Amino acid sequence: MIEVKKLIRTFKNGDVETPVLKGIDFAVPDGQFVAIMGRSGAGKSTLLYQMSLLDEPTGGSVVIDGHNTHSMSADERMRFRLNRFGYVFQDYALLPELTALENVALPLLMQGLARGAAYRQATEALENVSLGHRLHNLPSQLSGGEQQRVSISRAIAHKPKILFADEPTANLDNESSRVILDIFKALHRAGQTIIMVTHEEEFARESERVVKLDDGQIISDTKHR
Amino acid sequence: MPLNVKIGFFLAVRALRRASLWTTTLIIGVMILTFLNLVVLSGILVGLMQGAINAVRTEYTSDVIVSTLEDKQYIENSPDIIGLVASLPEVAAYTARYREPGTLEANYRTHKETDKPNVANAVVVGINPAKENAVTGIARDIVEGEFLAPGDYDKVVVGGYLLKQYFPVETPGFSTLDRVGIGTKIRVTVGGVTREVTVKGILKSKVDEVAMRAYFVDSQFRSLIGRNDGNVDEIAIKVKPGVDPAAMRDALLLRGAGEAAKVQTFEDAQPKFLKDIITTFNMLGAAFSSIGLVVASITIFIVVFINAITRRKFIGILKGIGINGRAIEISYIFQSIFYALVGSIFGLLLVYGFLVPFFAAHPIDFPFSDGILVAPVGETMVRVGLLVVSTLIAGYVPAWMIIRKNTLDSILGRN
Repeated sequence: MIEVKKLIRTFKNGDVETPVLKGIDFAVPDGQFVAIMGRSGAGKSTLLYQMSLLDEPTGGSVVIDGHNTHSMSADERMRFRLNRFGYVFQDYALLPELTALENVALPLLMQGLARGAAYRQATEALENVSLGHRLHNLPSQLSGGEQQRVSISRAIAHKPKILFADEPTANLDNESSRVILDIFKALHRAGQTIIMVTHEEEFARESERVVKLDDGQIISDTKHR
Repeated sequence: MPLNVKIGFFLAVRALRRASLWTTTLIIGVMILTFLNLVVLSGILVGLMQGAINAVRTEYTSDVIVSTLEDKQYIENSPDIIGLVASLPEVAAYTARYREPGTLEANYRTHKETDKPNVANAVVVGINPAKENAVTGIARDIVEGEFLAPGDYDKVVVGGYLLKQYFPVETPGFSTLDRVGIGTKIRVTVGGVTREVTVKGILKSKVDEVAMRAYFVDSQFRSLIGRNDGNVDEIAIKVKPGVDPAAMRDALLLRGAGEAAKVQTFEDAQPKFLKDIITTFNMLGAAFSSIGLVVASITIFIVVFINAITRRKFIGILKGIGINGRAIEISYIFQSIFYALVGSIFGLLLVYGFLVPFFAAHPIDFPFSDGILVAPVGETMVRVGLLVVSTLIAGYVPAWMIIRKNTLDSILGRN
């Protein structure tokens, strides 16, 4: 369970303060697939970064499974991200000098898994997204859709509690986007908590719940089913 | 192995394996040049002096030199000392020399009273040509004419520094003979006795003690100076391979040679100014090496900094997905060590596989010595260590600077 309480994020540039999140309150129970929507500049990505501990809020708090993340040290936040979260970025964010298999295995190795076990688990994750034949390809040798599937494999290989996705289909064509969304749906069916930022209504409709933001505030929170 | 080191190694190996070949070659090239700067520059400076020391040892003192005590005119009881030297099994060869100050004069037949006399002050020595050559090999230094033969009479070999064509330096109080070549008659005056002799050979050496002498066959020189008791002025001793010159010196001193003569190894006999120059050059070498080390550190710093800056987004992603910043730092340290080690290995191959043997075979022709490249393995390894440590620091600092930046700012490329 993620609880976001009175979350405020203000960016400062010299004397100019720009409030991006203006006191957000909402909670995501385990296993839910949430789509965060909003027009450009609404604060949806900023909200995702606060919830996924990539950034620190100016005010309010994010509580995950009873842990107030505000009081965590940088190291604790890093371990939290490693062990409990998975990330899928808009531009895939794969390391160019690592093969698909190595990209996926890296967080597993960091968790302390032996190399053999990490590579087995990474292979399995890649096979689950139909990339079993691309294990030893570098990102530059993969299409955008394939790279995003590698990114998803990396995000889920260590079986995270929550999967965060920031515009995961923004750079993909319709066919590849559909594949990615099908993977997300399958993960959700398997009980994975997913929090996805998207600006595409079509994909948001596939989620379980849509939270709409505007000007740093929630303007609607709708459950589809 | 700690997890961060393991992950750092994992990342470093892959970054190196898949790095641009051009970039890798360039960095390793810089490291090789830095290594050469560290080792070769100081090595040449030291080698310049070492060349002079080696030449003095080879051509003049040999391994051990027995010479006249300060308050004596020659080595008393020389026959006893020579007998002692000859009896020692560690001695490979020895040569006894007679030595007296004298003057050389040329063109005295055509000389007018108003002309400046064509004279040079010299150390005139009497040698056994075969024994001298067995110890010092100075016959190799003959550049014109021939070396002395045992039966030569009224013939001399003249050192190049006594002849204007080989030493065209005008120094107050120092004069050289002009227009003297092979076959020229010159007058040699020693102890008030003058003899007209023919120049048989001219000897060129960078060792002053060799090049500022005129050489007679010892039998004639003895009669010239009127010394027939067998007492000589110098005995140069060459020891057999593997014998420590200091042990030979001590053996001679133990047997009483020190009572009648000064017994020194080639090192003991080095003048103080030469030792001071060696120390000075070592200091200069260390100073140049330090500058080279700083330049290498700055180069690696810039290379790693640019690399880390351009990879800032990926560093942010690594941190974002939970990779410890320490592991990322360690990956940069491993990469820096790799560049330093590979550069050093190529540098070592170049130094010991090519440069040292090359300069040994083709010494650099400095005015006062034949410079070689001195690169003792121990000192070189210390320099390798210094290079690796400075590179490690130079690689760590920029990586640390980039890694400590905000994770999200790095991912999004924000400043």
